[in-house]
Amino acid sequence: MNMVVLRNTATSTPQVLPGNDAPNPMVVFEGVAKRFAAGNTGAEVVALNDIDLVVPRGSVTGIIGRSGAGKSTLIRLVNGLEKPSSGRILVDGVDIAGLDEKNLRPVRRSIGVIFQHFNLLSSRTAFGNVALPLEIAGMGTQDIEKRVAPLLDLVGLSEKRDRYPSELSGGQKQRIGIARALATEPKLLLSDEATSALDPETTRSILALLRKINKELGLTVLLITHEMEVVKVIADHVAVIDGGRIVEQGPTFDVFTGHVHETTKALLGGLAGMHLPEFLTSRMSQLPEPGSRTILRVIFKGENATEPMLARLGSDLGIEVNIMAGAVDEIAGRPFGMLVVSLRSNEAKIAEARQFLAHHGLSSEVVGYVR
Amino acid sequence: MSADIIALIVKATGQTLYMVAVAGLIGSLLGIPLGVFLATSGRGELFAAPWVNKVFGAVINAARSTPFIILVVAIIPFTRLVAGTSIGTTAAIVPLTIATIPFVARLVETAIREVDPGLTEAARAMGASPMQIVFKVLLAEARPGITSALTLTIVSLIGYAAMVGAIGGGGLGDLGIRYGYQRFMPDVMAVVVVVLIVLVQLVQSAGDRLARQFDKRSRPR
Repeated sequence: MNMVVLRNTATSTPQVLPGNDAPNPMVVFEGVAKRFAAGNTGAEVVALNDIDLVVPRGSVTGIIGRSGAGKSTLIRLVNGLEKPSSGRILVDGVDIAGLDEKNLRPVRRSIGVIFQHFNLLSSRTAFGNVALPLEIAGMGTQDIEKRVAPLLDLVGLSEKRDRYPSELSGGQKQRIGIARALATEPKLLLSDEATSALDPETTRSILALLRKINKELGLTVLLITHEMEVVKVIADHVAVIDGGRIVEQGPTFDVFTGHVHETTKALLGGLAGMHLPEFLTSRMSQLPEPGSRTILRVIFKGENATEPMLARLGSDLGIEVNIMAGAVDEIAGRPFGMLVVSLRSNEAKIAEARQFLAHHGLSSEVVGYVR
Repeated sequence: MSADIIALIVKATGQTLYMVAVAGLIGSLLGIPLGVFLATSGRGELFAAPWVNKVFGAVINAARSTPFIILVVAIIPFTRLVAGTSIGTTAAIVPLTIATIPFVARLVETAIREVDPGLTEAARAMGASPMQIVFKVLLAEARPGITSALTLTIVSLIGYAAMVGAIGGGGLGDLGIRYGYQRFMPDVMAVVVVVLIVLVQLVQSAGDRLARQFDKRSRPR
């Protein structure tokens, strides 16, 4: 299936969140590459290449890609667990690649990390796990007590404070992981597939918690995931990574509704309305025949998705509209819909209808004709 | 059984406990750090020193493949250097300790390698120093495994201590050989065996209970 979405018909939407050009970003990747030695042969595997990425301060930025795309390496570069082969990584203005292990430690204390498999110490209670980074930072027992209690409260697990991880559910473990990551009051939170081991409902509650933390604490969140759902719900900005390269990046809504790159399209495959139903494709032709109906895909973005444009096609232009398939979804908090409709009319009228839609900010494309 | 024989058995039990306790304590104090080092000094690990790791590994393998009774006589000069004599219960502690160190080291290495590498990664990401990772993560998480390792060590030491009669170390094994076997006193032999069984049982169940208590990984409530 080869679809061309008419990008230029999309209305430019107001930017609510700081864009890539916002001053003083939290994380900047400048021409970063990472190569690993492959075995003892001297050969090298390129994990990341030519990475230029900006994580705006205060944003939730998602990096999405298939497994093996280089996501994990990318996130490990941010806290210096991995050194780049070339390029610079600036975290709050400090070049991470230039720091040795000892000087990295204080920087790492200012970066919280949450993990796919939680990585909680089984030998410590919920309280003890949240206290660990504070002990590492050399904080006294009384101060730790003062710091941990409100964190357990924030993640809604005050009553589990003396439970061991084995007594907690996956979602509760991740909440403890989040409280632990926040313990040192970091300026940046890294999330390494934090919801990939959780069921959809728990995923939603964890994402809501991350959102809340982002909003209330003003914490910048950089998350990597292979789940479209995660990025769609939580990320303001997104970068699509494939084969060690960033193939697209920008505000989430624009990237996913303008999806030009094949990888983005593949990731979007599950999004409502992208696939035409079988009953249509089986009897659709690419050329109009006398008496055939035109199949049009209409794309609603943002606020336009709520306007009754199709009804007005009928009332204003007198074109009969029949809805064949479609759905309305939400990306980064904004509605995004796709409807496949059939119109019985002549070509002139169809052109007029498309012009009418474009005038109201809806893009459309003719996907075929059925008799 | 005469009072003399009973006194002998009590004395021998005391000797065995003394040897096991001292050799177990010193052997663990040296073996645990060595085990931690073995588990963390491979390529790309916390204290990466692959060559030192290989050399230590080879020495430990050599020590562990030497039959204990041969080790006892082979290190007599060293024993004399350390204990001032090569004969007697205290002297017997030297070879027992030497045999315990690599034994503990390997078991502790295994216990630490079983700690999820994700925890080390998490601690590094928190800005932990290597020593903090050892004490707050590795040793804490491996505690049930290390407890089981030390239990096994003590049980093995009780067996090894039976062999040091060869250098006048005394103890229950020595008593069993000299009285039970050579003087053909089956009742002494039986008592020795029963005392050893009881000792091992006690150590094993205490160790198991402790390991269970430390293990928070999955405890049904």
